[in-house]
Amino acid sequence: MTALSLTNVCKSFGPVEVLKDINLDVEDGEFVVFVGPSGCGKSTLLRVIAGLEDATSGEINIAGEQVNTTPPAKRGIAMVFQSYALYPHLTVRGNMALALKQAKVAKDEIEARVQEASRMLDLGAYLDRRPSELSGGQRQRVAIGRAIVRQPKLFLFDEPLSNLDAALRMNTRIEIANLHRQLSASMIYVTHDQTEAMTLADKIVVLRDGRVEQIGSPMELYNDPANQFVAGFLGAPSMNFLPAARVTDGDPRTLGIRPEDITLSAEGQLKGRVTHVEHLGGDTNLIVDADGLTLTVRLFGQSNVAVDETIGLGFAPEKAYYFDAEGQRVR
Amino acid sequence: MHKARTNPINLFAMHGALILYTIIALFPVFVILINSFKTRKAIFREPLALPDADTFSLIGYQTVMKQGDFFLYFQNSLIVTVASLFFVLLFGAMAAFALAEYRFKGNLWMGLYLALGIMIPIRIGTVAILEMMVATGLVNTLWALILVYTAQGLPLAVFILSEFMRQVSDDLKNAGRIDGLSEYTIFFRLVLPLVRPAMATVAVFNMIPIWNDLWFPLILAPAEETKTLTLGSQVFIGQFVTDWNAVLSALSMAILPVLILYVIFSRQLIRGITSGAVK
Repeated sequence: MTALSLTNVCKSFGPVEVLKDINLDVEDGEFVVFVGPSGCGKSTLLRVIAGLEDATSGEINIAGEQVNTTPPAKRGIAMVFQSYALYPHLTVRGNMALALKQAKVAKDEIEARVQEASRMLDLGAYLDRRPSELSGGQRQRVAIGRAIVRQPKLFLFDEPLSNLDAALRMNTRIEIANLHRQLSASMIYVTHDQTEAMTLADKIVVLRDGRVEQIGSPMELYNDPANQFVAGFLGAPSMNFLPAARVTDGDPRTLGIRPEDITLSAEGQLKGRVTHVEHLGGDTNLIVDADGLTLTVRLFGQSNVAVDETIGLGFAPEKAYYFDAEGQRVR
Repeated sequence: MHKARTNPINLFAMHGALILYTIIALFPVFVILINSFKTRKAIFREPLALPDADTFSLIGYQTVMKQGDFFLYFQNSLIVTVASLFFVLLFGAMAAFALAEYRFKGNLWMGLYLALGIMIPIRIGTVAILEMMVATGLVNTLWALILVYTAQGLPLAVFILSEFMRQVSDDLKNAGRIDGLSEYTIFFRLVLPLVRPAMATVAVFNMIPIWNDLWFPLILAPAEETKTLTLGSQVFIGQFVTDWNAVLSALSMAILPVLILYVIFSRQLIRGITSGAVK
């Protein structure tokens, strides 16, 4: 069954078109990530799905039911916000129970669900505290708990990790992935961070300027990007782009090569001067200036290449991607 | 920044300026208070002297107390002030929420129209207001005053509160909507507690002019049973003879309730309960 399907969804604020003709299906139990630079409309799309904004045109179906005019509370969704958005006047228990109370769920059922969620999220000790007495990570878990107790058909996450520090972000990311496995629920997750998208998603939706650029599994997008934008957005460090004429004379196309596909070789296609070296321990990033072109090279393991050294760079021709003047992939 | 704050000369200058301002602001109140405890002769002989054994007298307070209706005036003032503040805050906050939260045609113009009232003194409309009150039979009732003061306070209240309501996190309101709270619950339970400091500011701004007003009580509700404290104190001021003891005593006592209300509101001014709601 399809958990969510969007058909020709458009959204404008006055004359500004924010979403242009979005078509998308989310299968049951699928983890879908919307990713794109800020202002690409991914959060607006999430709000349209949640019912916090009305779609200007198009159809939204959740679990086979058309919900265009259904209020958010009746759509069978739960949302986790970037700023947690906990109710400051309620305890952790109260925060989690509120939606169920509103839906007139029986008292012992509410208590059972709150207990279950707090066990999953390790919140048992904090049930009677208020949000102001919790740390950032705990607040985020309460926000997730508040979503879990509703047993929604669809979970919506709006950049849930961007207020956490780096170490906590990784832990919470793994927790969310585990949660998805345990609940086997359908989830939609919005982020601008490509690492989160690659690590969590079953399916990534890349958005730009209110349009879907490409939909596919993380490896499909990584190995087979449809255009220059997707190729540059996914993968870190991001793909190098250079005029193909630098390698083949008279070629008008743009050549893309991932930093990890470039190797050091004296007789390689390119030559350049190292301007900066990043030692990460596990691997080493070189920033190379090749006649005015800045290239990033990712070497696995540690390297003793020094700044100002002139090196030759090579790559296997089958690893290169070609794009036309509009940025579309040429195969 | 930090250095400037701890610099003793700056610290001294800052406190000096504040203390000087406090003295200037409190001086009239102080003079009223000390003179209310003096005999009539002493008031005129040495207005700035503190009351001593010879000059101490409670005659002013006795006169005020004997004037049996004084407590009624007091009560009227209190009812009018509290009721007006209640309505200003309730309707002001509701209008502000609508302006800040909902997108509708003419939102901006409606906001400007409501704010325009700040610049137009309500007293210009006194004659029309009086005619209206006569027509509705509200003359000489406390409702006449409450309605006028509510109208007078609303523009500023809407203006200030809508600015604060815009700052309340959208996520919080949206979380409420997803959890199935009604717009009224979101307004009363989520938004209002978060703008409490702004509400206190509006309350303090409105309270003093209402409490002190002489104009509207004199015109709209001059009857004995609806007199406010300020109007009631005027009985001691005659064209030829003024009972200064009584006037000063009445004024001294009039300060107390506003002081208490102010303390209540100012605690809200300082306290913020937003912590923990959003990061």
